[in-house]
Amino acid sequence: MLRMFFALTAGSLFGAGLMLSGMTDTAKVQGFLDLFGAWDPTLAFVMGGALLPMALAWRLAKSRAPLTGGSFPAPPQAGLDRRLILGALLFGAGWGMAGLCPGPAIASLSYNGWQGALFLAAMICGMIAAPGLIRHLDRRPANA
Amino acid sequence: MESDWIWGLAGGGLIGLGGAVYLLGNGRIMGASGILGGLADRSGWSTAAERIAFLAGVVLTPLLIISLTGSTPATHVTGNAAVLIIAGLLVGIGTRAGSGCTSGHGVCGISRLSLRSITATLGFMLAGILTLAVLRQLLGVI
Repeated sequence: MLRMFFALTAGSLFGAGLMLSGMTDTAKVQGFLDLFGAWDPTLAFVMGGALLPMALAWRLAKSRAPLTGGSFPAPPQAGLDRRLILGALLFGAGWGMAGLCPGPAIASLSYNGWQGALFLAAMICGMIAAPGLIRHLDRRPANA
Repeated sequence: MESDWIWGLAGGGLIGLGGAVYLLGNGRIMGASGILGGLADRSGWSTAAERIAFLAGVVLTPLLIISLTGSTPATHVTGNAAVLIIAGLLVGIGTRAGSGCTSGHGVCGISRLSLRSITATLGFMLAGILTLAVLRQLLGVI
């Protein structure tokens, strides 16, 4: 039950933060990525504001266990691989096209019209298809 | 607007606080694509209840704020259905293949100096910048 409470609280802070920061406005997100247009720096402030409490949380995590028990995530994996880089590039292309990434797409569901719902539906279809596509990618030799 | 950066910083602080609650409370990384994706492909069904609780907070809190303040933020989302579908598919496939999005890699990963997250964030920002440069500045189609 406590896990539900923390999850709901975290989701509420995340959703409120995304809306209030302006990150559900596709014009501001595309404005940040549009270096050769009218550049909008807001996204950099959002990331800066988010990194500070999160970095503190990782420090706190070093000397204790999660409040609901269990353990913290394992330290980050070391190596880079093709999947990580190809995935990030595909994601970035879609992010630039529509100005929406997963968090804001979910947070703006109630006020982003049919357009937001269509994007979210397509995104979920992509997520459903992803494991099969990833298996296909992993089967190909690295130097193909 | 001139006050945009203040809202950006404050809203970003709330996002980071959400990530801190999820990490210190439940021991999990707050990544939007991971939380939703684990439900979409069923890989995370053993923790479905808390994923749904998180997503409910993400959707319902903005709705609550809108009904309290009476003002709906502008989204300026495109009305081009083809762009929305292609972009949605790319974001869905890309975030799952790349194991994260702006929240998981960009906020939670970078804040613990994960090399993979820093690389992924640079990768998706670069791809986004190139996409705008080509599709907006060069071709004028978005």
